Amino acid sequence: MNLLDVKGLSVEFHGDEGHHQVVRDVSFSVPENKCVALVGESGSGKTVISRAIMGILPAKSRITSGQILFRDNRKTGEKVDIAKLPPAGPAMRAIRGDQIAMIFQEPMVSLSPLHTIGDQISEAAKLHRFVGTKEAQELTKDMLRLVHFPEPERAIRAYPFELSGGLRQRALIAMAMICRPTLLIADEPTTALDVTIQAEILKLIKEVQAELNMTLLMITHDFGVVTNMADEVVVVYNGEIMEKGSVEDLFLTPQHPYLKALLHAVPSLSMEPDERLVPIRPIKPRAHHSDLQPSPVGKAYAFRGTPLIELEGVCKSFTFKNLRGKKRRGMTTALDNVSLTVRRGECLGIVGESGSGKTTAALAMLRAFPLTRGKISYTTEDGPRDIQGFSEKELFQYRKRAQIIFQDPFSSLNPRRTLNEILQEPLVIHRIGDSLSQGARIRELIDLVGLSPRYLRRYPHSFSGGQRQRIGIARALALNPEFLICDEPTSALDVSVQAQILNLLKDLKDELGLTYVFVSHNLAVVDYISDRVAVMCKGKVVEVGPTRQIIDNPIHPYTRALLKAVPEPSLEHKLDFSSLSGTSSSDPTQWPSPYRMRYTTVPYLVEIETDHWVCAPGMESMRDIVGLGGSHI
Amino acid sequence: MLNYILRRLLVMIPTLAAISFLIFFIIELPEGDYISNQISMLRSTGESASIGRLEFLRKEFALDRPFVERYGIWVGFWPGPNGFDGLIQGNWGWSFEYDQPVGEVVGPTLPLTVALNLATILFIYCVAFPIGIYSATHQYSVGDYTFTLIGYLGLATPNFLLALVLMYLANSLFGLTVGGIMEEHYIGEPMSGGKALSIVAHLIVPVIVIGTSGTAAMIRRLRANLLDEIYKQYVTTARSKGMRESKLLVKYPLRVALNPFIADIGNLIPSLVSGSVIVSVVLNLPTVGPVLLGALQSQDQFLAGFILLFVSILTLIGMLVSDVLLGYLDPRIRLGKEGARQ
Repeated sequence: MNLLDVKGLSVEFHGDEGHHQVVRDVSFSVPENKCVALVGESGSGKTVISRAIMGILPAKSRITSGQILFRDNRKTGEKVDIAKLPPAGPAMRAIRGDQIAMIFQEPMVSLSPLHTIGDQISEAAKLHRFVGTKEAQELTKDMLRLVHFPEPERAIRAYPFELSGGLRQRALIAMAMICRPTLLIADEPTTALDVTIQAEILKLIKEVQAELNMTLLMITHDFGVVTNMADEVVVVYNGEIMEKGSVEDLFLTPQHPYLKALLHAVPSLSMEPDERLVPIRPIKPRAHHSDLQPSPVGKAYAFRGTPLIELEGVCKSFTFKNLRGKKRRGMTTALDNVSLTVRRGECLGIVGESGSGKTTAALAMLRAFPLTRGKISYTTEDGPRDIQGFSEKELFQYRKRAQIIFQDPFSSLNPRRTLNEILQEPLVIHRIGDSLSQGARIRELIDLVGLSPRYLRRYPHSFSGGQRQRIGIARALALNPEFLICDEPTSALDVSVQAQILNLLKDLKDELGLTYVFVSHNLAVVDYISDRVAVMCKGKVVEVGPTRQIIDNPIHPYTRALLKAVPEPSLEHKLDFSSLSGTSSSDPTQWPSPYRMRYTTVPYLVEIETDHWVCAPGMESMRDIVGLGGSHI
Repeated sequence: MLNYILRRLLVMIPTLAAISFLIFFIIELPEGDYISNQISMLRSTGESASIGRLEFLRKEFALDRPFVERYGIWVGFWPGPNGFDGLIQGNWGWSFEYDQPVGEVVGPTLPLTVALNLATILFIYCVAFPIGIYSATHQYSVGDYTFTLIGYLGLATPNFLLALVLMYLANSLFGLTVGGIMEEHYIGEPMSGGKALSIVAHLIVPVIVIGTSGTAAMIRRLRANLLDEIYKQYVTTARSKGMRESKLLVKYPLRVALNPFIADIGNLIPSLVSGSVIVSVVLNLPTVGPVLLGALQSQDQFLAGFILLFVSILTLIGMLVSDVLLGYLDPRIRLGKEGARQ
């Protein structure tokens, strides 16, 4: 029996440039107690479809034709056409929040900052169940318990900003569940979360679905999530359905070229070492072999593999400050005795969850802030230099060697500068060439990242996310750096665009002899682009080694937990929800011996196999017995 | 919270000290003082008879001392001709122009000034809020455009012009004398029901006149703030629970959009006092504004200094009130970083 039938649904947006059909003649069904996944890129219309079902389409859009038949199981068992109901009317309001509920994509902004969690969760119960405040509070606590919220008694009085992203998402799930809806729509419920938390939330949704007999409509672009959650899949592209069927059929024998292309664009841990992603819309970068080579390029190849940057026992702690700027007792250790080596010509991936210190480690290499302790040396033509000891002038010169590509392509470009000005600025600051040669250089850079010189006079808002990130890459390359830090360059982008950017970065690295530090929380991406990986947790490096060895033979319990939590876009490697260990995997005091770390334990790395190091302080005492290597890489 | 308020009150003391110094410094910037001006005027007209008395006054009020001493004597931490006798000791100074103590010149005008300000602020909030909310929720509707037009007119019309128009209309249509603060026969009488009513009736026009531009500005800002909030994700979350639109609007986006307005209370006061000078002159209102203007013109320094200091105190109190309210209404401020620890 189908709980929901969408028949010939079309949705239209009317903007300043006339009408625009964003959903065209879409039909699909959601069977009772099943999970249907709606898959597509951003802008494909999948979110619009879900909003239409909820009756919360934006004001500028309307349903032009079609039916959304929802079976009202709770009352009459008859089918209601949601498309015909006025969205703000009492009939629709009675269904919304009660029988159909929704979990939103971004837990950070989906909750009101000024109201307590308890207030916001209990609201739906008060609206639909007509319960009093006391009863609503009890229901809220029950729901929080159901989603494994720690200390529900206290949590109902907590404000969203006091909670982490994972907890907020749990609160959102509890909010959606409180009236025990028959249909739950989850709009990218885990996209903004870390992998281990993503796995837990997925597990949680599955559990709750079984317990409350819910039907699930899941909107996602992540095939890893699809294979682990969905029974049926609907692939949407440009407002139309490309393909639909059971998850097995679609993954084993994809029919439509779009689905095939999409599947090829996603990096996965089970890829062959030399396999290349195929972007849906490939770009053609053209490199001129003129002056765009990094200055010591010949040497870069000659010295390939020699240390470029060495971090020795680097510590960085931040002090919490309250609003009046007074120091608080609270201190957080962002980096705890981090020792790493970046070798010339390699790509070192730094992986970890949010708050693991991975970005801090990368920024330290640019001397973005003073270190608390430790030393970072950068090898120049004159031998290794401590970057902490750089004078103003030397630091200025250092900026030509080391550059960064930022995470968010939307906020990292000045909206009031044209593309030309953005790319020219580094050259102007460093007084390189006259305006003529600068212009020539800008065109080279544009070609290099596969953009057209026609775009030079445009402003950032007229570019897509992928194009903006390419601009960010071009800007970072403007000064001929030899070392690039990529701080989650693809995490804000769609999968199809991600493949494009990753391939571009890969090609540039080979062509220009660059050295990368690639920061990411996505293991599959790091696996695709990196030669070596450093896994970080709570400011400590827990495991370093060649990418393949880390992926195939993870030693550290944290690395294992991390790898286990990655949803693979294949039907053979489903997530083992039952073995998820909960939050303890990222708590160093809970790791088994010899990996366990107390608050005062100094990280100690042991070489397990060639070039593969693991943080195991418990082994320090055994060093002489087993004859393992020292603590430095 | 009590602790916080106490601490804020303590911080106000050095702030006031700094403000008083600045005020005194600026007032003394022009050449000479009230009495030396008088003396030179008398000299130029050849009347030198009363110069002796003025010289005596200069000494009496220590105007012949160096700047820092004069300041110290005014505030009251420096012994003047009569020992320690300044603001701290409760002596608000002497107005040369009125030939009266400052307290007696300003005293009767202060309650009216405060009442007028409070009434104007209330008027601004009461009118601006419903209209602002309507404009934001009905963006680009006929009503929105109408209010926008009226708002721009309100912003663009000079206050005194509006005052004159309203005065004329009230007089010709309703036979009301708008000028003044109460009907003439109540002046000097003890407070009674009729007198209070008369005062309230006379406050209406000035409140509208002074509040119009503030209202118009606030409507525009509330509309913009609300429009920013209305399309945020948490509003959609609330809508997806099946809440009624009106209830939802008040509970979520309006609450968030409120912050700038509460933060604004402190800033409104000085602008209302200085902005209402011309209106007070036109409407013949005995507020502090015209007195301040006269005092500044004639370099009646103690009078001007005291009024400016009084406005500063009002502003500081306004700031304190808005900070306390903000802390009460916004948990992010109340709990600060302490709450965001996780």
